[in-house]
Parts: sequence; structure tokens; C-alpha cells
Amino acid sequence: MLEAEAAAEAAQRRVAPGQRLNDFSIQVATANGSGSQSSNTVLLRALFQMGLPVSGKNLFPSNIAGLPTWYTIRVSREGWIGRKKEVDLLVAMNPDTAREDVLGLPAGAVVVFDAPLALEGLRTDLCLYPVPFDRLVEPLAPDPKLRKLLRNMAYVGVLARLLSIEPAEVEAAIGRVFGKKARARELNLAAARAGLDWAEGVEKRDDLAVRRLDRNRGKLIVDGNAAAALGALFAGVTVVSWYPITPSSSLVETLIGYLRKHRMGPDGKPTFAVVQAEDELAAVGMAIGAGWAGARAMTATSGPGISLMGEFAGLGYFAEVPAVIFDVQRVGPSTGLPTRTAQGDVLSTAFLSHGDTQHVLLFPGSVEECFSMGVEAFDLAERLQTPVFVLSDLDLGMNNWVAEPFAYPERPMDRGKVLSKEDLERLGGFARYRDVDGDGVGWRTLPGTDHPRAAYFARGTGHDDQAGYSESPVAFEQNMARLRRKLDGARRLLPAPIAQGSGSAEVGVIAYGSSHHALVETRAQLQGEAGLEIDYLRVRGYPFADAVRAFVAAHRRVYVVEQNRDAQLLALLKLDLPAELVPRLRSVAHVHGLPLDARSVTDELLALERAP
Amino acid sequence: MSAPAPAPRTNRLGLAVADYRGGKTTLCAGCGHNAISERLLDAMFELGISPERVAKLSGIGCSSKSTAYFMGRSHAFNAVHGRMPAVATGAVLANRRLLALGISGDGDTASIGLGQFAHAMRRNLPMVYVIEDNGVYGLTKGQFSATADLGARLKTGVVNELPAIDTCALAIQLGASFVARSFSGDKRQLSALLRAALSHHGTALLDVVSPCVTFNDHEGSTKSYAYMKDHDAPVHELTYVPAREEVTVEYDPGTTVEVELHDGARLRLRKLEEGYDPRDRVKAVTRLLEAGKGGEVLTGLLFLDVHAPTFVDLLGLPDAPLATLPEEAVRPSRATLEEILEGLR
Repeated sequence: MLEAEAAAEAAQRRVAPGQRLNDFSIQVATANGSGSQSSNTVLLRALFQMGLPVSGKNLFPSNIAGLPTWYTIRVSREGWIGRKKEVDLLVAMNPDTAREDVLGLPAGAVVVFDAPLALEGLRTDLCLYPVPFDRLVEPLAPDPKLRKLLRNMAYVGVLARLLSIEPAEVEAAIGRVFGKKARARELNLAAARAGLDWAEGVEKRDDLAVRRLDRNRGKLIVDGNAAAALGALFAGVTVVSWYPITPSSSLVETLIGYLRKHRMGPDGKPTFAVVQAEDELAAVGMAIGAGWAGARAMTATSGPGISLMGEFAGLGYFAEVPAVIFDVQRVGPSTGLPTRTAQGDVLSTAFLSHGDTQHVLLFPGSVEECFSMGVEAFDLAERLQTPVFVLSDLDLGMNNWVAEPFAYPERPMDRGKVLSKEDLERLGGFARYRDVDGDGVGWRTLPGTDHPRAAYFARGTGHDDQAGYSESPVAFEQNMARLRRKLDGARRLLPAPIAQGSGSAEVGVIAYGSSHHALVETRAQLQGEAGLEIDYLRVRGYPFADAVRAFVAAHRRVYVVEQNRDAQLLALLKLDLPAELVPRLRSVAHVHGLPLDARSVTDELLALERAP
Repeated sequence: MSAPAPAPRTNRLGLAVADYRGGKTTLCAGCGHNAISERLLDAMFELGISPERVAKLSGIGCSSKSTAYFMGRSHAFNAVHGRMPAVATGAVLANRRLLALGISGDGDTASIGLGQFAHAMRRNLPMVYVIEDNGVYGLTKGQFSATADLGARLKTGVVNELPAIDTCALAIQLGASFVARSFSGDKRQLSALLRAALSHHGTALLDVVSPCVTFNDHEGSTKSYAYMKDHDAPVHELTYVPAREEVTVEYDPGTTVEVELHDGARLRLRKLEEGYDPRDRVKAVTRLLEAGKGGEVLTGLLFLDVHAPTFVDLLGLPDAPLATLPEEAVRPSRATLEEILEGLR
């Protein structure tokens, strides 16, 4: 179908006043492994191609096939891309959850459902569309297994007609998703068409619709793990060691694909090494070994892997070895909810390992930052000679986000303080852990440097400034004080916090990572619904920048919003802030595995503000 | 007036033995580990290996501390307990030109580090891996490790009731390409094996029985000097012939096998045990297990495969170290980013 034809048709489909135009959420309920991923991606892409602000989130089980899974899509003309808690349109395909899903809907919601589920009698305050999916796809393929997959593309067609999604964009999206697989593409086009044709004959009784905007020019659709992989690629990573774990596996798998394509030298040999290690201890150990020997080394993991990496993380801190560790957080404790999102590793990672260990953390808040911090982490690790943890999460890492194009790194790589053979000839020698520059960072040499005074003995045991074994109380305290100075210095090197608001509001909010997308919407809701103005500071690194203290000092009450139970970032703030500022901090902390939504934060903030 | 002291003997790099020495040992007098350190630095000196090329890697324990006591001109990384193989792997991948020398102990390798040991053997990473094996934890004052023999007795009277892990049999089974066992008190054999290990391309594993004079050198120990003197059963007599040396000595091909190592050096093995062939993986494992049951300690080069690809070969790494590739080699161009982003639109 031609684009113009489609647009004309959309215009004809007049929707009643009070319509929800370009502003609603869809929830698709299917069973895991039924191929709905492709259908939902097509839906998301078609809306993206129509220039609409859109976001998609996969709420999936830890299972290969059979357990219920949900996919939510949100279209928001205001540009809100955080999760919307209320479902405006439910696509009910899964008999196991259909009843419960329908009963949980707000009044006025729309339901597109598989006709045999017979959901009509459940509620009278919904707009229901039973669809005979089996009948629609029956002529398309004789194989019942295949038909099961095609049913899911048929709902895309039904939704396209009901919501006025341009059929040409659906076709283009199917072409994109199925690529060169000609037969799969044709079958899916036919299934979408069957859905469209069927819905053509249905009277529209709801007020949901989309109309083309122009908000996505030049933008990307990408998940945070792919963005972080690209960051590592453009950071010039050379050694990657990893152990598979959800939700971080796709970060390394995507990276491997990019490395193979874009990092083969002129001699046809790779300018990288990737090792799938035997466990996370080995994965981080290899990264530490490679970082010591001068490579840009990384690993990627999630909570349980972080726990296993503890001892090596302490070695990296104390022996002062650069390495980058991507932690794509999922819900803990223990195995927890392996396929659900959280910000639960903040506190344990900040001090990962025994003794007075402290680490540098980065908190990307968007896929753009998964990329930019993916680059920056390697510079920081080498500049500071310490492991740097990039704390992403499952929501950022595994969901597709609409993003601005990533900016090419303009600064040359910062390889930190490394002495060459020529430097050593000039200097006559060096002391590995001596603070010659006053920033707590000593100069290092790389193994293999061809100078008789290049060597030093890296160790996890107590050492003096020449890296010699030492149990001297004085030497130990001096070394620990220098490490303290080094980490304090990091405050000025890490990505600075970003403030929103006039700065003169009485109430401040601090958040980080993926919570950002709920927070910006919450600010608008508070302003619009209660006339409450709040200032918002998004923290992007730990140890905290001085601006964090200034922000708390400038506000009477500061709510710290995060996705864990125990207010972990707030705990770090308490350790950092002067005692008189601590009572200003209040916690809004939740972890249930679902991405944070603005409504919940707004309601809780208002309740807390109104409490006596 | 006395005559001027003669100039010290130097190797092909013009370095003296002193250039291969390290800090003063803090291990016990008579510890087998000190003898191994001596043999190691001597082998490095004799082969003319630049100390700056060597990276000493170790875990935790008496053995792992010993890297501070030889070759002070080499970089070293004394890491965490049982995890030396991971650090070595990372270091070698970062810079394949390093000569990685891993020093570990029986607890460090066979107890806490068994997993990393097994996977290192599978990968055939180019490195020399020495287990200084005394069957006992020294730094924590004398507990059994997993290489302690069944029935071995501690000074305190505690008897080991679990079977020993034979690191050599395990390594051979896991695909290692150079597996040897020796005794810290056998200077000649250990020297030949260390030289051969340094000439090997791939992981060269040496399990060296190295008595602990403080905790495990008594009557009833199976890792004591006395026990080793009685039970050491060399499978062959070894002669190492460096790559640059002409061979003049005739040998009987009926009793002697000569193998060429990666760097052109040769190892001549004069059979002491009829039928032992270090090129047969299955027979080597079988013979090791038999010997273990009989209380014999088979020593020598137990297994060798000079053709096995190393991990570096498998990864197809370039000759230049990854660690120091210039920015233009590792950061793709602006146009590449644009091309990738176009694919995401």
C-alpha cells in the first residue's frame, strides 16, 4: 500500500473527541518462545518509522519456552519513554494469563484477544475485540507450528488497522526484521496483511490512534548492551574475557560481532582477543592480567558474577591495575529474578572486596551514555590505574531504545601514566607507587619494557612505594592515604552530575541510571498535577562530584529515587555528606523487577510531601 | 697485593648470573623451593633469555612468594590464591612476546586453583607452569593439600584419608602439550626439564616435588627428601641440547629418543623404563596411575606434543603485542561509526 493512500485512510478514520492520539501504552501478553519478539519489534519499528516517540520493554521470564511473557510499547507525544504503569491496550494471546491480565486493566482499556479465549463476559467497562487468529493464518501455512508464529504477526496487522499505523511502515519494518530470509519475510507480510484485512471489516469503537510526527529524524533504535559494546569497540578494547550470564551476555556477543567486522588488522589478523572463561573469577582475573600488561581489558557480568569477582576486584584496587567491568544489573539477592531489572549492586560494587577497598562507578542513564561511558571507562581506568565498574541494568541493556546518534569520541585515548624505555633512560629509574604528581596516581611500566630498571613487583600484599614487600605500619598507612587521595581525585574526573530545574525549589530529587526516564516525567506530573516544582540531579559517577553535596545543601528535602530495597545510593551519600546534611535525605526505593514508572514515583513523592 | 678478581662469566646477552638474581629469600633454609629458584635462574641465564622479556606470575603460598627471590629484573605479579592461570592468560594475550613463567604450589594449583589449572591446560597457553609440590600448606602451618598421598601422615599424627590428585595425569588427560615431573633435589634432571620447558611452544607443566623441611619432611611423609630418594623412578635420562650447539655425541636409537623442540633445541631421552613413550597420551596416563598405586614417583618428561596449537595460535593474534597497538589500529574510524549507526536507523 502506498504511503499517501495510508495517510488518507488514517485521516478518514475519525476518532471521537477526547481521543488518546499518540499517547497510550500497549501490552502484548504471549508465551515465551512463541515468536512474539519479532512481532513486537515490527510494531515498535513501524511506530518509530512514523516519527513517534516510542519505547518498548520486554518483561520476560527466566525460561526458554512456555512461561508467560509481556511486551509493553508506549507511544507518547510528550516524549516520555519510561514505563507507563497503566495499560491502555492489551493484546491477550496467552490463555494462562488472559483472565488475570484483563481483570487488572483500568476502565476504558481496549483488549484485542484471541477469540477462543472468550473474554467477553469478564468486564463491561472495556472495549473488546475478539479476533479469530487461527482462522486468519490457516490459509497461509499448512504447518501448525508455523501458524503459531504467524498468529503473532497477525495481531500486528490488526493493531495497525485499529490504531492507524501506516501499513507501508509495517511492511518496511517486516522487511527490516526478517532481512534476507525471503520466505519468512513473505509469510510474515501475508500474516500482517491478513490481520489488516480482517480488521478492515471491524467497526472501531475505541479512541486510540497514532498520527505521523517527525520526531525520529536521524535517530537509532538500539539496546544498551549493543551501545556499550560499541563504546568498548571505539574505546579500542583489546582483551575481552567473559562468562555468560543474563542480562550481560548480549553485550559481549554483540561486541564479538563488531570486533570481527571492524577490528581486523591490515594483515587480516584480529587486533583483539576474546576469551570465554571458565567462570567470572577467571574472567575478571584475565582482565586484570591483561590490564597489568597494558591492554585495554574488560569483562561484562551481572550480580552473581560481581559477587564472584570480589577478591580480584580488591587486588585490582590495591595493586592498581586498570580494567573495565560492565555490570548489567538484575534483581538479587542470590539468583533473584535473573531476567528482571534492578539497581541492586550499587553498594556492594562500590566496596567490592575486603579491607578498605573502594571503586569507581559509572551510572549510564541512557543508551547514549552506555556508549559514551563505555568509551570513557577505559580512559578512566588507565588514568586512575584502577578497575572501573559501569553499572548498567537490564532495562537499559536488553530493551530497545530510541536514541540520538552516538558521538564519535573526539578526545584521543588516554593511556594514563606509563613510562617507556626512553623515559627510564632519562630518569634512571622509578618508584611504582610514589605520588610524584600529587594526584595519588603513580607511574607504571609495562612488562616487556626493555630496560633493566623497568620491572616492579605487582602484589596484593602490603608494599612500599617501590612495590617492595612491606609490613611497615607507616608505609601501609601512607599507601592507603595515597589511594584515598587518588579516589578523591576521581570526583573531578568522572562524568559530572546533570541538574534540571531552576535550582531554587525547596525539594530536590536525586536519581541515577535508568530511573532517569521516570524522573523527568515525574517532574512534569508534579508540576502539572500539584503545582509542585522540584529540582532534579542525575548522578553519573561515584565517588560523587562536589556538585552533589552542593545540591543537597541547596534543598530542604532531597528524595533519592532508586530501584532497590535498601536505598543503596542514599547509603553512599550518607557516608559522603557532612553530618548536618544527612537528615535532608529521604528514600523512594523500590525493587519489583519492573522498570520504574513515573506514576508510582509521583504518587509516593506527593504522599511523602503531604505527610505531616 | 692480590690479583684482580676475574670478570664474571657472561651469557650471549652479556649478562652475568647476578643479573638474574632477585631479593633475598625468606623461605626456610633447605626449602626445596629455593633450589627450584636457583635452577630457574640458572636455566634463564644459560639460555640467554632477557630478564626483561619474562613475566613472573604467581598465586598465594610459599611457592608463589618465591618469585620475589629470583630475576629481579623481570616484572612480576603475585596475584590471588589459585588464580595465577587467569592472570597469566590475560598478560600473554595482552603481550604475546612475554615469556610467562607461572609459579604455583600444590594447594594453589590442586586445591583452590584446580578449576583454573584444568582450563589453563586445555588452552595450551604459551607459558611455563611450575608447581612447587610439597603436599602441604606452609604459610598456614602444615595442613594437607590435595596432592598429599593417601595414608601420608602429618607431624601431628593426622593421616590423609583422601586420594591424591595427580596433576600430571590430569594435565595429560586435559590436553596439555608438555608435562613433566621432577624433584627439587635432582639438579641434573630438573635443569634439563626447565630448559626444555623454556624451549617449548605451549603450556609446559612441571610438577616438582619440593620437600617442606618445616612441615612435611618427616617419617611418614611421602613428599620428604628421604621418601623421594627411595621412590624417585625416572623414566629416562635427559640431556638438553641448545639450539645453537653442534651435536657430536653418537647415541643408540634403540635406547634413546631425540625430540626437537620449538626453538630448535633438542631433548635427548635415554630410556630407563622399557616401553615408556612420552608421545602416547593414553599410555602415559595409565602408567602414571599405576605408579601412583605402587608408591613410585615417576619423573622425567611424561608427555610431549610439539605440534599442538597454542591458545595464541588459535586466536590468530598478530605478532605485535595487543597492549601497545597504536590508537589508529584499535579505534575504528569516524566513517565506520557512521556506517554502524546507519544500520541501526
